[in-house]
Amino acid sequence: MILLNQILQGALLGGYYALVACGLSFMFSVMRVINLAHGSLAVLAGYALYVLADRFGLSPFTGMLIVAPGMAALGWALQRFVLERASRAGLLAPVLATFGLSIVIDNLMFERFGADTRSLAPFVDDLAYASWALTDDIAIGKLALMTFAAAVIVLGGIQLFLTRTSYGRAIRATAEDADTVGLIGVNPRVANALAAAIALASVSLAGLFLGLRATFDPYSGGAQLIFAFEATVIGGAGSLWGTLIGGIVLGVAQSLGALISPQGFFLLGHGVFLAVLFARLAFDDFGARVRSALAGGRA
Amino acid sequence: MSLLALVNVQARHGLLQAVRGVSLSLEKGETLALVGANGAGKTTLLRAIAGAHKLSGGSISLGGVDVGAKPSYARAALGIALTPEGRKLFSRMTVEENLLLAKAAGRSGAFDIDAIMAIFPNLKARRKSLAGSLSGGEQQATAIGRALMTNPDVLLLDEVSLGLAPIVVERLYGQLEALKGSGLAIILVEQDLKRAMAAATRIACMLEGEIVLEGRAGELTREAIMRAYFGLRSSGRAA
Amino acid sequence: MSLVPSVKRWTPASRVAVTVGIAALAALAAGPALFGANAVDKLTTLFIYVILAVMWNALAGYAGLVSIGQQAFFGLGAYFTARLADAGLPVYATLGIAALGAGLVGLGLSAFMLKLKGGEFAIGMWVVAELAHLLVNLDTLVRGETGTSLIALNAFTSEARRADNYWAALAGMALSLGLVFWLLRSRQGVAIQAIRDDEAAAEAVGVRVAASKRLVFTLAAFGAGLAGALYLATATTFQPHAYFSPQWTAYMVFMAVVGGLGTFEGAILGALVFFAIEALFGASGVWYLVGLGATSLVFALFFPKGVWGAIEGRTGLRLLPIGYRLIGGENKQIVASATKSA
Repeated sequence: MILLNQILQGALLGGYYALVACGLSFMFSVMRVINLAHGSLAVLAGYALYVLADRFGLSPFTGMLIVAPGMAALGWALQRFVLERASRAGLLAPVLATFGLSIVIDNLMFERFGADTRSLAPFVDDLAYASWALTDDIAIGKLALMTFAAAVIVLGGIQLFLTRTSYGRAIRATAEDADTVGLIGVNPRVANALAAAIALASVSLAGLFLGLRATFDPYSGGAQLIFAFEATVIGGAGSLWGTLIGGIVLGVAQSLGALISPQGFFLLGHGVFLAVLFARLAFDDFGARVRSALAGGRA
Repeated sequence: MSLLALVNVQARHGLLQAVRGVSLSLEKGETLALVGANGAGKTTLLRAIAGAHKLSGGSISLGGVDVGAKPSYARAALGIALTPEGRKLFSRMTVEENLLLAKAAGRSGAFDIDAIMAIFPNLKARRKSLAGSLSGGEQQATAIGRALMTNPDVLLLDEVSLGLAPIVVERLYGQLEALKGSGLAIILVEQDLKRAMAAATRIACMLEGEIVLEGRAGELTREAIMRAYFGLRSSGRAA
Repeated sequence: MSLVPSVKRWTPASRVAVTVGIAALAALAAGPALFGANAVDKLTTLFIYVILAVMWNALAGYAGLVSIGQQAFFGLGAYFTARLADAGLPVYATLGIAALGAGLVGLGLSAFMLKLKGGEFAIGMWVVAELAHLLVNLDTLVRGETGTSLIALNAFTSEARRADNYWAALAGMALSLGLVFWLLRSRQGVAIQAIRDDEAAAEAVGVRVAASKRLVFTLAAFGAGLAGALYLATATTFQPHAYFSPQWTAYMVFMAVVGGLGTFEGAILGALVFFAIEALFGASGVWYLVGLGATSLVFALFFPKGVWGAIEGRTGLRLLPIGYRLIGGENKQIVASATKSA
C-alpha cells in the first residue's frame, strides 16, 4: 500500500515535471534550440510571483495574470535578440549563449534576493498541504492534482493550438522549413517569436507550481532544467504527450528511489533517465544496423 | 507599366555569379517559359524574384513598385508566388494544411480550397493525407495549389515536371491550361522544350546566368532555341 | 621563389612563439626560487586554469562537443586523489593516477554519451556530473557534503608543498599543452578539425568520426581530472559540491569563448584573461559572475571567434605550427591553410 502511494505520488509529481518540460520540449521541436536558461527562467517567474505576493499582496494565481504575459513578452524578446542571432552564429552558439544567459539570470537573482530559499506556499493558505485521503496509506495532495491537471491542460492546449489554428500551423511549418514558409506569406521570424512566447508562458506556469510545491533559491534553475530535460528525453523529444509520460516515469522512479534513501530519489531518477537514453540509442543503433543489413549488407 | 519588371538583376551563390544582369518584363495573362541547361541560373532567378534569394544588383518591380528589398513573405502578400524546385511541401502536414497555410499571404481572390480541388481533382481523395505520403504527381499538384492559394498576380513554377511520369506531366499541363485564361502571369521553368513551346506565349533561354534569346513562342524556331540553349552563337558572345 | 609550391608547417612567427613558449616553461620551473609565496600560489592557479581552458576548448572548439558537465571529471580527479592518498599512495603520484582514472571514466562514458548531439549532449553531461556527485557523496570517506582533507599533504612543510604543487601544476600544464598540440599536429588532429568544420563531409572522405571524437573526449576527461587533482592539492579540502559545481563549466566556457573557440592560442589567452579578471573582480561576488555570464553570452553571439580569432583575422598571425601552408609557386600568395574554416 505504501508502495502504491509512492507510485501515485510519483505519477502526480510527473505532472509537475511535464509542465516544466513542456516549454523546453516545445522550443526544441520548433526551433531546434535547447534553451539552457530554461530552468533559470522558471525560477525567475517564481521570484516575480513572490515579489507580487510579498509586496503587493497578490495571490500567486492572480499574480500569474501579470507574470505569464510578462514572461511571454520576454520569450518574444529572447527569440528576437538572442536565439535568432545564436542560430545564425554557428552550431555551438545557441548552447553557449543560453548557458551564459542562465549564469546571468541566476546571479542577478542572487544579487537581488540573496541565498535564502523562498516559497509561494504561504500565500495560498493551506493549498500546499491539503489532501484527500483515499485510504489509510494513500492520499492525494490537492496541489499535486492541480499541478497534474494544469500540465494536461497546457499540453493539450498547445497541441490543439498547433493543429487547429492558423498560427499553430504557421509555427509547425516554420519548424519544418523556414525558407519555404516565407514563399507562401508566413513570416518565419514572427512564427518563431510566437512559439518562444508560448514556451515561456508555460515556463512561468512551471515557476508558479515550483514555488507552491517546494522552496526555491536563485540556483534552483539547474535542477529544473535537468528534470525538464530528463522528462523530455524519457518521453521522446518531439512529442508533447510523450513529455507527460516522461514526466510520470521520472516522478515514479524518483519516488520509488526515495523509499530507499534520500539520495535514492535523485539516483534512481538519473539512473532511469540514463537507462532509457541508453536503450533508445542502442535501439536506434540496432534498428539502423538491421535496416542496413536488410538493404544488402553494406556497413 | 509591366506587371513584373526585372532590370539588370544579379544574384550570387557565395562568390559564384549565378544570374548576371537579367532584364525582362511580364504582362498580365502572359506565360513566359524559361529554358536552359542545369546551372544556367533559372532557379536562382525565380528565387530572386520571389524574395528567397538576395539580389546583388539590379531591381525587381511589381506593378511599378520596387520589391527588391522586401522579404519573401512580403512579396507573397504583394502577389508573387513560387512553386519551388523539389516542391518543398511540409511533409508532416496534410494536403489541406499545406493549402490553408497560404492564406497567411492575406490576399483574396478566386483560389480557395474548393477551387484548387476543382483544378486538381486527383487531390480530392488525398485532402487529409500527410503530404509526405503523396505520389509525385499529387505532390506537385499540392505544391502548385499551395502557391495558387495565395491568389498571386505572378505565379512562378520551377521545374514542375521533374521526376514525374510523362502521363502525369501531361495531366498537370492540362490542368495548368485552365489557369492561363485567368489573367495570371506565369513564369515557367521547363527542361522539356516541346512542352515549353506549347504551353507558353513567350520563351526566354538562359545560359550561364544571362538571357541569350527571347521572343514570342510562335516566332522562335526550335532550332534557334536549341542553339541558344547550348550556347552556339553565330557571332562571338551575346550582349 | 620557386615555381613549384612547397608545403610548410612552420611560419617565422610560429618558430619564435614555440621557442619562446618552451623557454618560458623552462624559466617558470625556477618559479619557487624567484617569486614570493603569493605569486607562486597565483601562478599555480593560473596553470590549472590553462589546463581547463585548453581541454575544454579542444573538446568544444575542435570536436564540436559543448559539455556542461566537465566538472564531473574535475570532481572525479579530486575524489580519486583523495581516495588514493587515503589508501597510502605517495600524494603526488596519486595526482597522475587520479587523472588517468578520470580519463578512463571518460573513455567508458564516450561509447554512450557521444551518440548525443548538441544541446542534448551538453545537458546529458551535466546529468552525468550530478550522478557522479551523488555517487561520490555515498562514499563513507567523503561523508556527504562534509568532505575530507588531503591529510597526507601535512607530511610536507608548507614551503615544500607550495613548491611541489607549483611544479606539479606546471608539469600538468606542460603535459596538457603538449598532448593537445601533438594531437592537433597529427593526422588525428586534421581529422578532428575536419569533423569540426563539417562532420558529414569528413565522414564521406573516410575520417573515422566516432574514434576521433572518442579520443578528444577521453583526453578532455583526463585533462579535467588532472586539473581537479591539482586543485585539491592546492586547496587540500575536498567538499564534493565545490568540485562538482557547474560553476567550473561557467569558467571553462568563458575562457574558451572569450579566448577563441577552436584555437590553441585562444585557449591560453582565455585563461590569462580569466585569471586577470578573477584577480581584479573576483571579490565582487555575484556581479563578477554576472559579468562572466554576460561576456560569454555577448561573445557567443557577436564575436564567435573570440579575442584571438579577431587578432588572427586582422594579422594572419599564427603562433603554432598546426596546419599546412602553401608557399611559393607562380602565385606568391599563401593559398591555403588547414586550421580554420572559412
